[in-house]
Amino acid sequence: MVASDRVPSATAEVGPVVLDAGDLTRALTLISHEIIEHAKGADDLVILGIPTRGAILAQRIAARIQAAEGRPVPVGSLDVTMYRDDLALHPARALGPTEIPSDGIDGRTVVLVDDVLFSGRTVRAALNALHDIGRPRAVRLAVIVDRGHRELPIRADHVGKNLPTHRGETVRMRLTEIDGVDEIVLMREGGS
Amino acid sequence: MIPHLLSAADLDHEDAVLVLDTAAEMATLSDRSVKKLPALRGKTVVNLFFEDSTRTRISFEAAAKRLSADVINFSAKGSSVSKGETLKDTALTLQAMGADAVVIRHGSSGAPHRLAEAGWIDGAVVNAGDGTHEHPTQALLDAFTIRRHLRGGEGDLSGLRVTIVGDVLHSRVARSNVHLLDTLGAKVTVVAPPTLLPVGVEEWPVTVSYSLDDPLPESDAVMMLRVQRERMNAAFFPSAREYSRRYGLDQVRMDMLPEHAIVMHPGPMNRGMEIADGVADHDRSVIVEQVANGVSVRMAVLYLLVGGSRQPEPTEVIV
Repeated sequence: MVASDRVPSATAEVGPVVLDAGDLTRALTLISHEIIEHAKGADDLVILGIPTRGAILAQRIAARIQAAEGRPVPVGSLDVTMYRDDLALHPARALGPTEIPSDGIDGRTVVLVDDVLFSGRTVRAALNALHDIGRPRAVRLAVIVDRGHRELPIRADHVGKNLPTHRGETVRMRLTEIDGVDEIVLMREGGS
Repeated sequence: MIPHLLSAADLDHEDAVLVLDTAAEMATLSDRSVKKLPALRGKTVVNLFFEDSTRTRISFEAAAKRLSADVINFSAKGSSVSKGETLKDTALTLQAMGADAVVIRHGSSGAPHRLAEAGWIDGAVVNAGDGTHEHPTQALLDAFTIRRHLRGGEGDLSGLRVTIVGDVLHSRVARSNVHLLDTLGAKVTVVAPPTLLPVGVEEWPVTVSYSLDDPLPESDAVMMLRVQRERMNAAFFPSAREYSRRYGLDQVRMDMLPEHAIVMHPGPMNRGMEIADGVADHDRSVIVEQVANGVSVRMAVLYLLVGGSRQPEPTEVIV
């Protein structure tokens, strides 16, 4: 997730669009159905997105699950800024919203949603943040893009697309709600 | 974000809204089972209080502890300060102990500024009230409270009319509030007897009124200041009774306010003096809520000042 949030340096050049709006829609549909199938319905599900883009994606996934199952599924957001291991390395950042559904997460299956899975450090932070909020029965991870280069023993349960990348590249997701367009682009650092 | 919080005037519009937005996130913590965040784990916050204060010190202490910081309380009474230690030597001691933030309250205006600018310490300095100068976190919590009630908890305070009543001359709360409310776009009226207005008040971005009854029907929020008996070494008004008559908020004046208006007081209150009993406990009095919001706002300030690196962000970010 980090990668998509960072401002690209001046030397970054915009690369190819790796997922367009149609691909993103299909990825979300696929992930939503996998979540339902694995949960055998949507009884104890809570969908939590990691701000900023993960929270929007969580809303879209929850809407799809509701359409398929015919009843609403609790959805919210989980900000992990204060749990990051690089917190002290940057000036303090603005916090994202944390909105936990009113019934809480105790005893439920929490599905964490993020846009891009990279080092795994964001997910590590999210697991710690969840621990302070309650005790879920299980935690699952859904990401639109898995770009590899894990630095921690973390894997996703539901992946929209596996995307081989170089470490120096940046995967950037844009969403209609905040960027005016649905697409995922690969940006390459100049000169590397 | 600025490196220290010395004056409410140091905050520009963007920073002020950032503090309020951050405080709003901090406030959600009170609904959780574990009321603690790890943002300041391993950091040391020193509460350096040269002046008596209970609520501000406790509020800062709670804020720092909820962010997992180690807190050291240092009060001048019974410390080496009462043996004649200077501010500089106290500061060097704190530096040697590795304080990441120093929250200072001092009877002399400008003491926090001296502490921040003299180069004695590396940590962030937060002004928790200096003399009759400023009390920026009080202004932030007041703005947060107003925003929550009258702006749905978002954005700034543009267009709101806030009336500040009482001892403006000695009030650091009033000074900080005037700066911050102006930055956030509110229109401020100060009401006081002429003897309790500072020289140069005409330069402030405020309207001055000597009568409380005039601005009340137009006010969205009324902030009553405490009559500070300890700072009054001269006769600023004829009698307490007369002050209360002319500048106290009683039920009759309360009825002059618009339906949605809120009543605020930074505490501690002199019930029956600047605020009537019934008004202090009224539905539209948000005085108790101000205390709760104080913790959230101070968490936001501490997080933004010392939660991240104290070095400016490099232009190129390493992923």
